[in-house]
Amino acid sequence: MASQEILREEPSRGSFINDPKVRGIVFQAVVVIVLVALVWWIVQNTIDNLTRLRIASGFGFLRGRAGFDISDSAIAYSSDSTYGRAIVVGFVNTLIVAAAGIVTATIIGFILGVGRLSHNWLIRKICMVYVEVFRNIPPLLVIFFWYSGVLSVLPPPRESINLPFSSFLNQRGFYFPRAVWGEGSWLILVALLLGIAMAWFVARKARQRQMATGQQFPVFWTSAALIIGLPLLAYALSGFPLSFDYPKQSTFNLTGGFQVKPEFLSLYLALSFYTAAFIAEIVRAGIMGVNKGQTEAAGALGLRPGSILRLVVIPQAMRIVIPPLTSQYLNLTKNSSLAIAIGYPDLTATTGTVLNQTGQAIECVLIMMVVYLALSLLTSAVMNVVNARMALVER
Amino acid sequence: MKHIAIGILGAATLGLVASAASAATLDDVKAKGFIQCGVSTGLAGFSAPDDKGDWQGIDADFCRAVAAAVFGDGTKVKFTPLSAKERFTALQSGEIDVLSRNTTWTINRDTALGLNFVGVTYYDGQGFMINAKKLPGVNSALQLSGAAVCVQSGTTTELNLADYFKTNKMEYSPVVFEQLSEVDAAYDAGRCDVYTTDQSGLYGIRLTLGAPADHVVLPEIISKEPLGPAVRQGDDQWYHIVKWTYFALLQAEELGITKANVEEMKASENPEIKRVLGQEADTKIGTDLGVSNDWVVNIVKAVGNYGEMFERNVGSGSPLKIARGINALWTKGGLQYSPPIR
Repeated sequence: MASQEILREEPSRGSFINDPKVRGIVFQAVVVIVLVALVWWIVQNTIDNLTRLRIASGFGFLRGRAGFDISDSAIAYSSDSTYGRAIVVGFVNTLIVAAAGIVTATIIGFILGVGRLSHNWLIRKICMVYVEVFRNIPPLLVIFFWYSGVLSVLPPPRESINLPFSSFLNQRGFYFPRAVWGEGSWLILVALLLGIAMAWFVARKARQRQMATGQQFPVFWTSAALIIGLPLLAYALSGFPLSFDYPKQSTFNLTGGFQVKPEFLSLYLALSFYTAAFIAEIVRAGIMGVNKGQTEAAGALGLRPGSILRLVVIPQAMRIVIPPLTSQYLNLTKNSSLAIAIGYPDLTATTGTVLNQTGQAIECVLIMMVVYLALSLLTSAVMNVVNARMALVER
Repeated sequence: MKHIAIGILGAATLGLVASAASAATLDDVKAKGFIQCGVSTGLAGFSAPDDKGDWQGIDADFCRAVAAAVFGDGTKVKFTPLSAKERFTALQSGEIDVLSRNTTWTINRDTALGLNFVGVTYYDGQGFMINAKKLPGVNSALQLSGAAVCVQSGTTTELNLADYFKTNKMEYSPVVFEQLSEVDAAYDAGRCDVYTTDQSGLYGIRLTLGAPADHVVLPEIISKEPLGPAVRQGDDQWYHIVKWTYFALLQAEELGITKANVEEMKASENPEIKRVLGQEADTKIGTDLGVSNDWVVNIVKAVGNYGEMFERNVGSGSPLKIARGINALWTKGGLQYSPPIR
């Protein structure tokens, strides 16, 4: 121990000012002080200016009555609700469109990414053209493309396109029957959950058995039977409590049923298709990053091409794919703020309206920044956990 | 390192000086040589660029009148097109000197938003427009239950709409956009059944639609929309200049002073006309306000009186053909009234 202490001691440079350690600490302290002073000055200046201009400040306005309506709301909201609730409605809408977009973009992206490496010339080229087109168009234009597509191609409400199962498609969106759950329908939900749990258990057991004995078990069909069959059984047992609310023609629009508005539809489609192009490239890079020897070795073991992709290539590719995939998810979430251009009430749009009705610009922008930051950090955190589980476990 | 620190401190000090100096708008305006005027992104009759790119309309002309009062030259204006959402922040932050953008005067905007409205350049009210061809038989706003309604976000219109349907126990689904042009496009494409905004605006928008004759404005007016220019709080001198520019326009109409006869009127024997036009001996009316004594002459030379401004932009001289109605002078049964200039 003593010898180490002696080794660490640096030769004296004579003057205290010339000591690099002391200089380092002093300079860092100066930077911190300047930074704090700058932030303090900005905040102070803002407060002074707001007082001078007699602009009310603080977050008390969130409790005021909003007074405006929101077209698309997943939670209960009316013009009597508060400004705070209006912002929450916008936040939930952002979450919905981001979540739906992420799932769809991932599915399309994976299909395209694998398709670009297909042995079939046509599939390969179609995927390539798709990726090159969507990757090189600004997302706002993609959104406008879908929105004007929805508005100009589809017919007005009185001439709706009839689709199977009493669904309708027109300029005002996509209408389909809404399920109305009667008495005793909780049993169906319980049955569904039970079915999923049992399917998971069966899959686990089957895996263990295959590991131990090599015998396979038809997991897919058993799971499907459990997940679909059990709720159906419960439905019959509880006396068919489900009925449907069908969309009907009224003076102006179709009423009843469930309506997916064109604003949501075009934003969701645009974000999915746009981001899918990037995900496709990431997936392609991931697959190409897996050594060719792996595929050949798997082939030599007698696995079929589908199984090689599923069991050997993709699991290894995922390690390369996940980190850049996280950035794409974050991008999609942030791009959802382009909703404002087509009037989908996401966080940016509703908070913007609140901003304008109350004039609390600084507070509203602060809320938006904090919410988007939190949302992005949360997505990152989740993806980091997934990444850690996917990472190469060395044995 | 020391140099950087000094630099930051220096910049900070400069910033402080700059923010303190912005209190006197008149000095700032004179120093830069023009008035920065916030207008709409394009509303026929109020503020919209013409085919040469010059801004036309009552709101644009009002800014020219202020420029004429300050500089003696109505062309010393620069226009900033603003969406409904951007307009107050632009004024609060000092990006513009006057907000003249078909903006409704409300108590909230006068108090919590830190603005001062100077008067009402146009008394308006909110109305509804529908496509009569697609919706035959609808002739009252009370038949609109269940309709999809297009509206611009962040406006008093949006709030009145919610109140009106709630009061009359009707349902509607709002279709909300930030930009007026987006609302126009959505209505024209059939995304919504009804377009709602100030009635004057509806007449203007109707002209820009694919088939104007198909659309009718319903008779109901559901709100009071006094539209007027606004300035920032905390600068009384600038507030007075803008306010009295508005009154001068009214006073000129009341006294029969027009763009054509203003030079002759200067020689008038009528003491009131002489006083208003700054022809009284040793008059201090203009200089007390902070402008030259012939400020009213300059205003009328630049844009005419209020009546001329109205007829040229929204009245009989324009495609909108809106009648004076309650926007007539008080002497003719309207609401436009100027306190005495003396």
